[in-house]
Amino acid sequence: MGVRGRGGTCAEAFEQAALALTAIVADPRQVHPLERVELACEAPDDELLLVDWLNAVIYEMDTRHVLFCRYRVSLACHRLRGEAWGESVDVRRHSPAVEPKGATYTALAVRREADGSWLAQCVVDV
Amino acid sequence: MDISGFKPLSPCQWEMPATGAMRVPVVIFADETLLRAMDDKVREQAANVAALPGIIEASYAMPDAHWGYGFPIGGVAAFDPEEGGVVSAGGVGFDISCGVRCLHTGLQWDAVKAVQERLADRLFRRIPAGVGSTGELTLMPQAMDAMLAGGARWAVGLGYGDAADLERIEEGGQMAGAEPGRVSLHAKQRQRDEMGTLGSGNHYLEVQRVAEIHDEAIAAAFGLARGDAVVSIHCGSRGLGHQIGTEFLREMAVSAATHRIALPDRELACAPIDSEVGQRYLGAMRAAINCALANRQILTHLVREVFADVLPQARLPLIYDVSHNTCRVERHRVGRHMKHVYVHRKGATRAFGPGHPDIPAALREAGQPVFIGGSMGTASYVLAGTAQGMSLAYGSACHGAGRAMSRHEALRRWSGRGVVAELAARGILVRSPSLRGVAEEAPGAYKDVEAVVEAADRAGLARRVAKLEPLVCVKG
Repeated sequence: MGVRGRGGTCAEAFEQAALALTAIVADPRQVHPLERVELACEAPDDELLLVDWLNAVIYEMDTRHVLFCRYRVSLACHRLRGEAWGESVDVRRHSPAVEPKGATYTALAVRREADGSWLAQCVVDV
Repeated sequence: MDISGFKPLSPCQWEMPATGAMRVPVVIFADETLLRAMDDKVREQAANVAALPGIIEASYAMPDAHWGYGFPIGGVAAFDPEEGGVVSAGGVGFDISCGVRCLHTGLQWDAVKAVQERLADRLFRRIPAGVGSTGELTLMPQAMDAMLAGGARWAVGLGYGDAADLERIEEGGQMAGAEPGRVSLHAKQRQRDEMGTLGSGNHYLEVQRVAEIHDEAIAAAFGLARGDAVVSIHCGSRGLGHQIGTEFLREMAVSAATHRIALPDRELACAPIDSEVGQRYLGAMRAAINCALANRQILTHLVREVFADVLPQARLPLIYDVSHNTCRVERHRVGRHMKHVYVHRKGATRAFGPGHPDIPAALREAGQPVFIGGSMGTASYVLAGTAQGMSLAYGSACHGAGRAMSRHEALRRWSGRGVVAELAARGILVRSPSLRGVAEEAPGAYKDVEAVVEAADRAGLARRVAKLEPLVCVKG
């Protein structure tokens, strides 16, 4: 499954890519922002950083059994600090479809588009 | 796929000669229709694999090959450590040792049909399935390491199943060379409460009936007869395997340059077999194989508990357990010599031919059982490895049908409720915590498994033995 985030900044594109990751599993509009998790990662370049970011989110989803509906990211020199808000998986309400296994390097891109907006995308193995 | 670069070696075997950076040719096993229907990415990815250091003979693709991450799914490639061969995390995949095991109920399908509804409900309640599900066990660090070293043997030691099961599992249920110390704390944390869980996506537990027998003698050796009821379990190494795949894919992608390996695609991430990271990956990957074997063993125990309650006359011996995402050291004929090589099978099943010493004595003369998973509404198949297959692609065969469309497209075409109702009308009971998941896994979203199996049989990779049709399907 491909995820693609777009935003006015690279950080916003990363936030939207993570929201797309949630949408692979369930409708983010059905998830309540009841708890907050902090995440941090760094990588040699922004593309690897996107993969690391999404994998950090997957790790938190898997080990805490939560879904996230809102993300905040700040970026500096290929270092990311992030926050994610969400709640425990509620099978009846969320009807979660599939577990993401890991973010991959397939169709991986982080770039500024001609219109000045940012795009962050890759394929997630499910 | 544009097949103009391929020449037919037989009606179900096609070769694309080595060009450019390729060290060996690409060989795809498929009839012309399947080959043409494959994505161009299969050719591109198989050619990329053919360019990796130390690859021997050919980069192979099975009849169900489709676009994967780096390696095609359905890809088989062997590497020689004496020729600078590599081990690739991308060549194994994220769901390390994902596989299928099949149990015979000892019953005819009409006995199951009589309690089908109750059996479906009880299995669904007992088998943890779907996103966020957890098992009964919580593994503390010491128990985690014991599981990673012991595999299904560890699970049997805890009372999950019988010692007799072990001889019907590849590697005797315990992968040698596993190094729990090479598995990260993150990977272990992901697995802490996931033992004995089915997972989601294309993973399933099915009660099936033997609908057709194609080879009476081999079917008899496997204990199968028309009308029998069997249980198939398809799942893997859960979060632990996913995390190991994620971590080593990244590490190998970053370190490839230091090993002077030029990667045309980062997903081909690999390292020399004799390198520190290569050895570390092998230790961790083998531990993940043990995790998958232990997981399927615990699920087997849960299935037996349900049957003991609903159908107490059922016995449920294990027919066999095969994995289809692995890298294993095997001895094969390479040219005029027998050599130990590192065989990567990604979405491909080991299918050793008759007489191979790694096949349990009771099945040895028939060839290794191979299980080809279908979807909720289509058939699965039992195949057997052949002598011919040993010289075609290191004793390998296909693993399933493969998706024909994206999950998005499936969700657009079908509703979960509709799929459940349609299958129920056909006598197939589906139980799942997620109707969206059911829609995404609709039978129509998969390719024709019959064509894949026929091509594998005609190519000589594995012999078609029996066709299984679902009665009950528990999906994650």
